[in-house]
Amino acid sequence: MAVETRRRSAVGQSVTKVDGPSLVAGKPVFTLDLDLPGALVGKILPSPHAHAEIVRIDTLEAEAVPGVRAILHFGNVPRVPYTTAGQGWPEPSPYDTVLFDHKVRFVGDRVAAVAAETEEAAREALGKIRVEYNVLPAVLSPEEALADGAPTIHDEPDSEGIYDPKHNIAAAVDIPVGDVARGLAEAPVRAEATGEIPYSQHAAIEPHCVLAYFDEAGRLVLRTSTQVPFHVRRIVARVVGLDPARIRVVKPRIGGGFGSKQEILLEPVAALLALRTGRPVRMSYTRQEVFVASRTRHPMRVAVRLGAGNDGVLQAVDMEVLSNTGAYGTHALTVLSNVGSKTLPLYNKARHLRFHGKAVYTNLPVAGAYRGYGATQGYFALEVAMDALAEKLGLDPVELRRRNHIRVGETSPIFEKIGEGREGTAQIIRSCALADCLRIGAERIGWKEKRGRRRENGPWVHGVGMACAMQGSGITGVDMAAATLVMQDDGSFRLLVGATDLGTGSDTILAQIAAEELGVAVDRVLVYSSDTDFTPFDTGAYASSTTYVSGNAVFRAAQDVRGQILEVAGAALGEPPEVLELAGGAVESRRSGRRLTLAEVGHRAMYVTDQKQIAATASFACPESPPPFAAFFCEAAVDRETGVVRVERFVVAADCGTAIHPQGAEGQLEGAVLQGIGHALYEEMLFAPSGRCVNASFFDYKIPSSLDVPQIEAILVPSEEPTGPWGAKSISEIGINGPLPAISNAIYDAVGVRMVRAPFTPERVAAALRMGGGG
Amino acid sequence: MKLSFELNGVAQYLEADPGERLLSLLRRIGMKSVKEGCDTGDCGACTILIDGRAVRSCLMVAPQVQGKRVTTLEGLGTVDDPHPLQRAFLEAGAVQCGFCTPGMVVIAYELLSRNDDPTPDEVREAIAGNLCRCTGYVKIVDAVLLAARWKREGRWR
Repeated sequence: MAVETRRRSAVGQSVTKVDGPSLVAGKPVFTLDLDLPGALVGKILPSPHAHAEIVRIDTLEAEAVPGVRAILHFGNVPRVPYTTAGQGWPEPSPYDTVLFDHKVRFVGDRVAAVAAETEEAAREALGKIRVEYNVLPAVLSPEEALADGAPTIHDEPDSEGIYDPKHNIAAAVDIPVGDVARGLAEAPVRAEATGEIPYSQHAAIEPHCVLAYFDEAGRLVLRTSTQVPFHVRRIVARVVGLDPARIRVVKPRIGGGFGSKQEILLEPVAALLALRTGRPVRMSYTRQEVFVASRTRHPMRVAVRLGAGNDGVLQAVDMEVLSNTGAYGTHALTVLSNVGSKTLPLYNKARHLRFHGKAVYTNLPVAGAYRGYGATQGYFALEVAMDALAEKLGLDPVELRRRNHIRVGETSPIFEKIGEGREGTAQIIRSCALADCLRIGAERIGWKEKRGRRRENGPWVHGVGMACAMQGSGITGVDMAAATLVMQDDGSFRLLVGATDLGTGSDTILAQIAAEELGVAVDRVLVYSSDTDFTPFDTGAYASSTTYVSGNAVFRAAQDVRGQILEVAGAALGEPPEVLELAGGAVESRRSGRRLTLAEVGHRAMYVTDQKQIAATASFACPESPPPFAAFFCEAAVDRETGVVRVERFVVAADCGTAIHPQGAEGQLEGAVLQGIGHALYEEMLFAPSGRCVNASFFDYKIPSSLDVPQIEAILVPSEEPTGPWGAKSISEIGINGPLPAISNAIYDAVGVRMVRAPFTPERVAAALRMGGGG
Repeated sequence: MKLSFELNGVAQYLEADPGERLLSLLRRIGMKSVKEGCDTGDCGACTILIDGRAVRSCLMVAPQVQGKRVTTLEGLGTVDDPHPLQRAFLEAGAVQCGFCTPGMVVIAYELLSRNDDPTPDEVREAIAGNLCRCTGYVKIVDAVLLAARWKREGRWR
């Protein structure tokens, strides 16, 4: 849609977050802050084995524990294959999961659930459930999973959508463009890199949690910490066998998600426990359960081979992926696809491309959606390979990106070839400020002065590295959002959106988008979001969709309401709507100068003449997914004696189109960058030979603290996305794609070793230095 | 056991199990700002003040507040009358999901009560035991420095 150039009073302003005052005051706005009288506590019995059949389960002793009200296990729960992925329909993840199975597939897998009057009783009962296991050989790496004669993890006959269950392959893709073998062979300059990313965790501070209870009419209410309330309703209804019309899903404030709360994990269990007992049920993962039994990033090995001309322009790119989806295939295909679809279009000059890979099952924790969604893994290998290519060409890495990156008016065949588990959608880039991002970021870090001129300070050697990335804004052909905007009799507005604010600030920016069109202050727009009874549909908060997809729905609803306001005001003033302007909380005639406040308009519409509710519902389906772009620059210091890497400065310059809320957009970048730094330097889930995670706590799995933050500078580089609301694109994911390659490239600049296995721990860096990387 | 202590300036007399976690007790009596993020003292979301000193309420049991002065975020300010630190967190954009915010504000309050002119590094050190996964801490540090400036300018109540 055409963006009108009008004075902007709400958009582009860092207004107070609409939910901010209650959050800073500690009001009871999160899922578990609601006390329900008589609520039972639900707990889950985890599997102690990585791979086993349950021969027998005996709950007699557990049922006798005072206060125990229900126990669920495979013997008393309907068997409905589904996926926990929390995606739209049709779901691209395989239906390879049932609520409770007679087989367990990782240490921490669901064996049974208990509802009891107290937490103590629930725990005691869990300890008294007798389970007899037939332990099976476990598969603890993707290589083992693919080996001849490997145990089959999904041998159940009723799963659907698994690519090759017998050989543990959840999903596979092979997408050729041109002839990559020829392209690589003919290219005068070649470079390659293989990046490895381990198991890592979202680590939102609020654990997954849910309240299930019944309303006055006996309908089931799920108050849950989710990114996808409408998918929760649809999927829970199917899994527990309840008419969806009898389920209401409410998302209150969420304590962080980053993708992990797209998964539908506790909701169906709590729903069943509530249905079995007729009582409210409260469930929450412990931190240990979050680590083991929620979801992780897909560990991957990504191999990139590049072929370029002597001018540095890419001629061929081959990207091969081996993804570990863990015990279940949630997001296996789509994350795998995104490794290519969100990276390869960035450098669109190559005629010969091949993107191929597999996502395989192992008897390890389940991977799922995590901010970046495959792009993070892809950019690690791609951008390290680009750094190596620049070196071979004797070209500045920034210049190499300049010669190759996509520009306005250009496209890539990948857009059409790879979508979300199916073909994608052709699209042309309509906004791209990556060239500015590169220039501004390079200046800010002091690239020219520092690159290739390692600075030494005792054992510390300083270097600089950089990387680029793009992402998307929603999923084409899949995402849809709706918004209802209602005018009140006092001239204020209610904005009802299915969109899901998971701490990202989307309630605020959606209010800004409406307020801008309506010519009112943001606090005149009351936002109510994410309640399947009261708000219109939205596919949910994932794939960087909310600003663009939900924002466009809000923009359309606001345009419609604006028209209705001008009509009512025109009738009142006896003037045609074309001469009226809506601004500053009033309608004013350009012709006569006469004025009506919005309160007068609202009052007239509701009480006086031609009475009607001024309101509109609008939808936006995502025909294209305009990418945000970013350039990342890092200065790192490496201790040559110990291998310790210290990130000194990190600059990210990002183009998200119009930043609706600049402070919030910066915050997204800063937070994403620090998560990425955590991935690069220390985050890794470690496993015992039994498949048990041995560092499932904040004490043992380190996420960055305030002492680990380098100087992070987030720079918003404006562009105008013509299809976005007020020119906006997404911002929430892209920032996590840069730190891994930028830090690796900075380490190389400093000490001449290529760190391609994350995290870059002192042990690994020191080992690499000993192996005779330069220095 | 019978427990008496002062909570946000109001005397409390109540029954508590001697083994009850302080975090659970405070939430049970309505102090929902006290958040549970880990239950092992690693995340700091349950930070409160006892006699003005910051502690993690998940690592304490009810009897430890006998006769003490307990302050939770609710005791610092409200939606209508926020504490300057709370205003600073809003103004600096230090709140994303808001789950770590109560603990962060409380730990920052403790810092500023003994040092109203901290360096950025002193702020980072003070909040190092309070984890945030959303913000990268950049704007949280900004917020604490802003509140400190307001305090030095006499703009705290």
